[in-house]
Amino acid sequence: METPFAITLDVGSSRANHTGSWRVERPVYVDRLPPCNNACPAGENIQGWLYEAETGDYESAWRNLVEDNPFPAVMGRICFHPCETACNRGQLDEAVGINAVERFMGDLAIERGWSLPAAGPDTGKRILVVGAGPAGLSATYHLRRLGHQVRLVDSAKRLGGMMRYGIPAYRLPRDVLDAEIARIVDMGVEVELDHNVQDIELERREGGFDAVFLAVGAQLGRRVNIPAGDSSRVIDAVSFLNRVASDDPPMLGRRVVVYGGGDTALDAARTARRLGATDAVIVYRRNREHMPAHGEELEQALGEGVTMRWLSTVDRLDGDKLVLETMRLNESGFPEPTGEFEELGADSLVLALGQDTDLSLLSQASGVVVDDGVVEVLPTMMTGESGVFAGGDAVPADRTATVAIGHGKRAARGINAYVLGGASADGERNELATFDRLNTWYYSDAPRTRRPELERARRISTFDEVVGGLNEENALFEARRCLSCGNCFECDNCFGVCPDNAVIKLGPSMRYEFDYDFCKGCGICVKECPCGAIEMVPEII
Amino acid sequence: MTSQPVRFYQVGSFAVGNRLLDDDARTVQSDSNRTNSIDSGHRACQGCGEALGARYALDAAMRASQGQLVAVNATGCLEVFSTPYPETSWRIPWLHSLFGNAPAVATGVAAAMRVKGRTDVRVVAQAGDGGTVDIGFGCLSGMFERNDDVLFICYDNEGYMNTGVQRSAATPPAARTATTDVVGPEPGNVFGQGKNLPRIAMAHDIPYVATATVADLHDLEQKVERAMEIRGARYLHVLVPCPLGWGSASNDTIHVARLAKETGLFPVFEAENGVVTAVSKIRHLAPVEDYLSIQRRYAHLFGKHPRTDIVARIQAIADQNIARYGLLGDESEDETKWVEA
Repeated sequence: METPFAITLDVGSSRANHTGSWRVERPVYVDRLPPCNNACPAGENIQGWLYEAETGDYESAWRNLVEDNPFPAVMGRICFHPCETACNRGQLDEAVGINAVERFMGDLAIERGWSLPAAGPDTGKRILVVGAGPAGLSATYHLRRLGHQVRLVDSAKRLGGMMRYGIPAYRLPRDVLDAEIARIVDMGVEVELDHNVQDIELERREGGFDAVFLAVGAQLGRRVNIPAGDSSRVIDAVSFLNRVASDDPPMLGRRVVVYGGGDTALDAARTARRLGATDAVIVYRRNREHMPAHGEELEQALGEGVTMRWLSTVDRLDGDKLVLETMRLNESGFPEPTGEFEELGADSLVLALGQDTDLSLLSQASGVVVDDGVVEVLPTMMTGESGVFAGGDAVPADRTATVAIGHGKRAARGINAYVLGGASADGERNELATFDRLNTWYYSDAPRTRRPELERARRISTFDEVVGGLNEENALFEARRCLSCGNCFECDNCFGVCPDNAVIKLGPSMRYEFDYDFCKGCGICVKECPCGAIEMVPEII
Repeated sequence: MTSQPVRFYQVGSFAVGNRLLDDDARTVQSDSNRTNSIDSGHRACQGCGEALGARYALDAAMRASQGQLVAVNATGCLEVFSTPYPETSWRIPWLHSLFGNAPAVATGVAAAMRVKGRTDVRVVAQAGDGGTVDIGFGCLSGMFERNDDVLFICYDNEGYMNTGVQRSAATPPAARTATTDVVGPEPGNVFGQGKNLPRIAMAHDIPYVATATVADLHDLEQKVERAMEIRGARYLHVLVPCPLGWGSASNDTIHVARLAKETGLFPVFEAENGVVTAVSKIRHLAPVEDYLSIQRRYAHLFGKHPRTDIVARIQAIADQNIARYGLLGDESEDETKWVEA
């Protein structure tokens, strides 16, 4: 070896010096559960499909979405989006408009004719789904994907359940609903409408079904005994909305009073306004704070001239006068009568006091356990009767379409495991990606995009859709507001901020890996990761 | 990079990379084929800001010069931790002579290249704050005065760190070092002394002077790129936190540098021919306590006997910087470049 004067060694690279040996803690990449995904009753991977939408590849995003929920255009309109309530961006400026992006993609899919994934290879198993509302249709979709044959029956003349007969058209236009239902039916489903199941056990035996999914909903409007001289002036909200949806609206007169405080009460009052009622008054026994209806819909109702009578109950209907009793809330927020009465002119009274499930199709001998008017189910959605599953409004849960869609998916998995043998495994849930794990410095300040609303004059005279959609440009902006909580979005920060070049960039969509030969464990990558997708763990010696 | 108008890209221009941007609009550091001028295996402390700052600056200079770059290094941490004989971390032509003569050596390299007709080869000289504001100051001032074609980069960690954290003329007031102990009525380094080298450089009326921190990569790379477009003496002053000397957590290096800028204590600006041409506005103004309290070199200002009077004097320095450079206000003009189509 020839070396210059006073030099005894050749130059070598510092890579011979494995500084990773200094480390006492090592960074590891993790995937955490974004709060939106955690909150979604339908189990959508929201962060996942937003990530795809951010590149403008809406078809991939839509395909990701329909893995869990076959109704993006419907959900983008009627879902009460608990995802947005949970969204971490809400603590930064405003929650990401997830619902609006979902609707944009749902509408785009209809416009471009994207079809749902094909049915799976035939398993030879036959499943009976009773009820073609959101739970039944969702179960049908997932069962078909798993390769089971499905017979879908419903007592109504058309598919959709409460999405058609409960939710007014100004919130959910029927062409949108029809398009999304048709996609499911096109997967190859045996449909029988106008069919009332009398005895579920008999029907199962005669048809030779391997399993049954009960998704009969809660169709019976709850009545209370209100003394009324003329009972024809009283109607329950479910029947009212059903008749409007069936093009047979009842005559309610000019002054319509709706009794109740849920979303159905608002739907009834807003529908009454559109049918020509000059006064649509909602009587509710508690105050706004305690109202179960969603705030967004209340705002829209008030914007359409619906008025509220808080802290009041209906005592009796006396000719065209309604006698109301004023209530007051006690310390636990429960209403108590005050003995003070007042009168309110009313041509009709709509009762929106909740709904019950018609379970007369269950035979006495069945093992299905009914408690408080609803069916008890296991986490797999199976009832006490082997092979009989239930979901949607017929089981104890929040009664929303999104919850029902989630039930449908879960029941399909449960049924799949039941008919093929094996366990229905829920995927493991990652640790929650909380706001404090984010480094929000890196996100641009960007308040959300508002969806346009129909002007008031047209809202109170027509059933045109009230809330408009986003266009491609602002949908992209809105998707890009996502913080990608807990899931790497390849911002290159870890790769850039490492003083030891100990992060290896693997290329588009392949993320990164650590070079533990050189990582000294300083933790800068963890601290500077915007979305909290890296954590330090003690080095095991 | 700045000339390309782009829509809102989730992390805008703050993160290192962005999968939504075209390749040529991304930072040098986000490129998996970046030079990595200083290689793995160097012996800098955990979370070293200087190792990071040197890679940021030199990789950007390598791109700007199409790989035709010679770096001259003064003695200091950067030299010591990168080249313990016989190992080297440098993947670029690199030269070390003495502590105080880096600017003069760089001048010589530039002159040699000119004589050889190699005008494509660019010269960068680099030093810590000791090699810049104290020991190399005479040579540096001469290099400025002669307007030699060298980009001089100072990685400022505010003290002599590898020899055991002694005070330099860049050590800020009240900071504890091995030679400015926390005794007496005014513990730590004195107020009212030290040198502000970016301003001294500006006083030489050289073509380009800029400051930057390791917390804003886009800004740093842009300044290196700008400096490389210019011939003549250029000076870039980069704040590089030192977990060892500052007593900050190793994972806080970028966070501390960001706070130095967001408090106004370290103004980030650009000047051409002695005139300030651009400043980086403060995005989220923070009180100096936020910056000081996470560094143990200021621990004597907090705790049981807090020295609010001293903290107030440091705040006054920040306020003076904010006023002098106009650090507050709307950066919407810059922002729109990134937000609107």
